[in-house]
Amino acid sequence: MNGRTRRIVIAAMGAILAAGCEREVRPFQDVSASSSRSQKPALTQLFPGGQPAPSADESPYQNNAYAMAEGKRLFDAYNCSGCHAHGGGGMGPALMDDQWIYGSRPANIFDTIIEGRPNGMPSFRNRIPDQQVWQLVAYVQAMSGLAPIDVLPGRSDHMRYSTPENARRAETPKLTGHP
Amino acid sequence: MTRLRICLVVIAASLVTACGGNQAMFNPQGPPARSIASLGWLLLTVCAAIYVVVIAVAAWALLRRRDDADGLPQTTRRLTTAVIAATGVSIAILVVFTVSSVFAGRGLTSPTGPGAITVDVIGHQWWWEFQYRDVTPSDFVTSPNELHIPVGVPVHIKAMSRDVIHSFWVPNLHGKRDLIPGQVTNTWIQADTPGTYRGQCAEYCGHQHANMAFVVVAEPRDRFLSWIGQQRQPAAEPQSDEARRGRDIFLQSPCMMCHTIRGTTAGARLGPELTHVGSRMTIAAGTLPNTRGHLGGWVANAQTIKPGVRMPPNPLDPSDLQAVLTYLRSLR
Repeated sequence: MNGRTRRIVIAAMGAILAAGCEREVRPFQDVSASSSRSQKPALTQLFPGGQPAPSADESPYQNNAYAMAEGKRLFDAYNCSGCHAHGGGGMGPALMDDQWIYGSRPANIFDTIIEGRPNGMPSFRNRIPDQQVWQLVAYVQAMSGLAPIDVLPGRSDHMRYSTPENARRAETPKLTGHP
Repeated sequence: MTRLRICLVVIAASLVTACGGNQAMFNPQGPPARSIASLGWLLLTVCAAIYVVVIAVAAWALLRRRDDADGLPQTTRRLTTAVIAATGVSIAILVVFTVSSVFAGRGLTSPTGPGAITVDVIGHQWWWEFQYRDVTPSDFVTSPNELHIPVGVPVHIKAMSRDVIHSFWVPNLHGKRDLIPGQVTNTWIQADTPGTYRGQCAEYCGHQHANMAFVVVAEPRDRFLSWIGQQRQPAAEPQSDEARRGRDIFLQSPCMMCHTIRGTTAGARLGPELTHVGSRMTIAAGTLPNTRGHLGGWVANAQTIKPGVRMPPNPLDPSDLQAVLTYLRSLR
């Protein structure tokens, strides 16, 4: 390998490493994510300008390993596992499969947590701060592999109950529209 | 030259402060800490003396005049005798060290006196939970980040962890004991004089390891009993309108997802119990003194005080925040 090729290879490797920089950013006090706008219930379907206001922005934590790991911790801490059983489903639907009743986009999952859904999913409005809801959203997506493999959690802190998220098959989301 | 002298004085002063104070192993306040401190002094003095002797001999060897007699057989014999004598002294010192260390260690394993009480110490990222058990479950007392003990009796510590490995260390009362998840470790402490001693997590446990401290309050038996009797009570009913409003806001906000206030519907176990938060000396695991201002900053945005802590920012309206603070301060 001559000097020129070597220099190109080293530069390319450096660029690849730099691409991973965002992965571990820890946004401890993210103003956009912790605003309490969504915590006020919408009392009417009428909005100025004829367009319904978006109930939530896009997830600020799509490709963030720290937020996803925090979401995984909160999933047990807030007892989501009580009904969804670590994603396998129990009293509530499974979350690690490809079936999405109310949509797989971050905003859909955010709404599911904040608004609640029929047949059992309670509303966590005024119970979980927005920042933590976004962390849960990131983890719910991770359970069926809807995130780059390098940010998916690789292990659990406690007893091992299923294949680690980063070793699961990435599911293609299907919108079923019915429970 | 003056600067050098100032540096030396500052270094000496900092060494002297390590000998006193309420977080210092050379200021022992109980039997286990005393035997550790005397062993420490023995090792320190003997090793310091050895160090001085070795440096002096090395300096003499460097500086002495060489002469023709150095190669003679009797000089070699003299040197051999000196080396054998030094080896003998080293062996004797090591034997003394081993024996005294074994005796010091034997005294540490189990308490000597009667009347031991037991406290469960549970480590969390990044705070301490102290549980006083009782025959009646309703008389259990949970005291986050503040360990009250009666003076003069051994206190049995049952240590466990809910997440990662921590280490329980009150330098004035005993050495370190690791808190290991899924396992109970045991140690004991005893304070012979009333006072407050600071403890600190001594095993790196994550982002806020440095701010994971607690206070040990050693007090006479009757004061301890009245403290524990008061801690057994459920939370005080709010007396003013603002405090009542603060309680309602507390119970309708994310606070109650993590905190317990006994006597209300808040019963979550993720964060420290707040039933008697107004009676505690510090907040945020020994990070800040417990004042209304500090508490307000902590509730509004704990992340500016302890970045990475589990407590999320709480964007409350200013008047709501003041009401919550009035309520929390009234929980004595």
